[in-house]
Amino acid sequence: MSTPVQARTGAMAAAWLLFRRDMRLAMRRWEQIADPLVFFLMITTLFPLALSPELSLLRNVAPGVLWVAALLSSLLAADTLLKSDAADGTLEQCILSGQPLTLLLLAKTLAHWVLSGLPLVLVAPLVAVALGVPATALGVVMAGLLMGTMTLSLLGAIGAALTLGLRRGHLLLSLLVLPLAMPLLIFGARSTELAIAGENASGPLYLVAALMVLALTLAPLTTAAAARIGVE
Amino acid sequence: MKWTWFHKLASPPHFYRLAGRLTPWFGWSALIVISAALYGGLVLAPPDYQQGDGFRIVYVHAPAAWMSLFTYVVMAVAAAVGLIWRIKLAHAVAASCAPIGASFTLIALVSGSLWGVPMWGTWWVWDARLTSELILLFLYLGYMALRSSIDDVQRADRAGAILAIVGVINVPIIHYSVEWWNSLHQTSTVMRGDGPAMPASMLTPLLMMFVGFKLYFGAVLLTRVRGEVLRRERNAAWIGEVLQK
Repeated sequence: MSTPVQARTGAMAAAWLLFRRDMRLAMRRWEQIADPLVFFLMITTLFPLALSPELSLLRNVAPGVLWVAALLSSLLAADTLLKSDAADGTLEQCILSGQPLTLLLLAKTLAHWVLSGLPLVLVAPLVAVALGVPATALGVVMAGLLMGTMTLSLLGAIGAALTLGLRRGHLLLSLLVLPLAMPLLIFGARSTELAIAGENASGPLYLVAALMVLALTLAPLTTAAAARIGVE
Repeated sequence: MKWTWFHKLASPPHFYRLAGRLTPWFGWSALIVISAALYGGLVLAPPDYQQGDGFRIVYVHAPAAWMSLFTYVVMAVAAAVGLIWRIKLAHAVAASCAPIGASFTLIALVSGSLWGVPMWGTWWVWDARLTSELILLFLYLGYMALRSSIDDVQRADRAGAILAIVGVINVPIIHYSVEWWNSLHQTSTVMRGDGPAMPASMLTPLLMMFVGFKLYFGAVLLTRVRGEVLRRERNAAWIGEVLQK
């Protein structure tokens, strides 16, 4: 029997293997997970120092602080998404493997999100409470950031693939991704703001969800196309 | 098929010669139309009943703002054509669009800001249109920065094309999100008082200005693409023949 080589491993199985590989590699290098998280905590600490320790004032700026900090630390993390894989040839092997690159890169992006985005969502309530956000709003904060960090990871993947191996790639990545992330920032911060005011935040949350769905469907295709260009 | 004209157009030597012949036509007609529109707008049109002579900034501001979006769409379409059919000339067009579009965006922002001083009493308002124009400038700058940091022309073309396409999908989302954000935050209305009901003496110069800017864009774009073609094809034999004439 002569079966094509790529038929031995299904596409989903390959994606799952890649996901597990990335998770395992990250578990062996903890600092990769800790960096964006520490960065997030530090930015949110800067604001009370710079503005005022007054909780009523901080509560007003809390939505902006939380979302801008999440945006910046996602950008910081996005730089590491493909860099080491491109350097050691893993990415090239993924392209040559005959498996759908879109799916493989989606798996990588999801692994990256679990390692860099999810920790932010989990510490966000702590930061939010420190900024004077009432406990009733924490659910909306977490739901918004859960979808928001996922979208940011997907957008960051496009930027990372476009800037593969470029000089000043890191700065360039921020310049490319920030304008694309502005709608997310607007809707995300708005949902948090409404929740803090005790109002119904479902409108902006749905819009954040819509942006996430759009990114989930289109971003991996774009990332794959960009990665093919970047690697050749 | 009748597509031969299209393939012929995509051939650099043919395009180079055609663009060289067309540029003066675009350039001179742009000069004439813009001068006529300026005369109509600055001299013939009556002062606005609310804004006085200040409204005349519209004759530069509105066409520039409109062209900034138009150029982005041209750039994205050219980039997509280049990416899909692998036409190098289309990539050259996309690459030439970016600095032109960024200049139009900058002109719109600066003239809008100058307009803001007499009308709103401040240089900058976080108005929805101003903000989305600013984000558009960032998109242009990102595109140019990406291109300039890739040495290989073909890679720069294709990576830039992907970015331009992603950007053009995002432009409407950015526009509406900013509009929505602004309409919720803004307390005082800063919209212009004249609205769409403009008398013909004001409207005609404005429409002429739109046409003039289009023609000017055509002239500048053709010139830039010619330069781009020369740079890319500098080792081709036909360049020597063209330049010796």
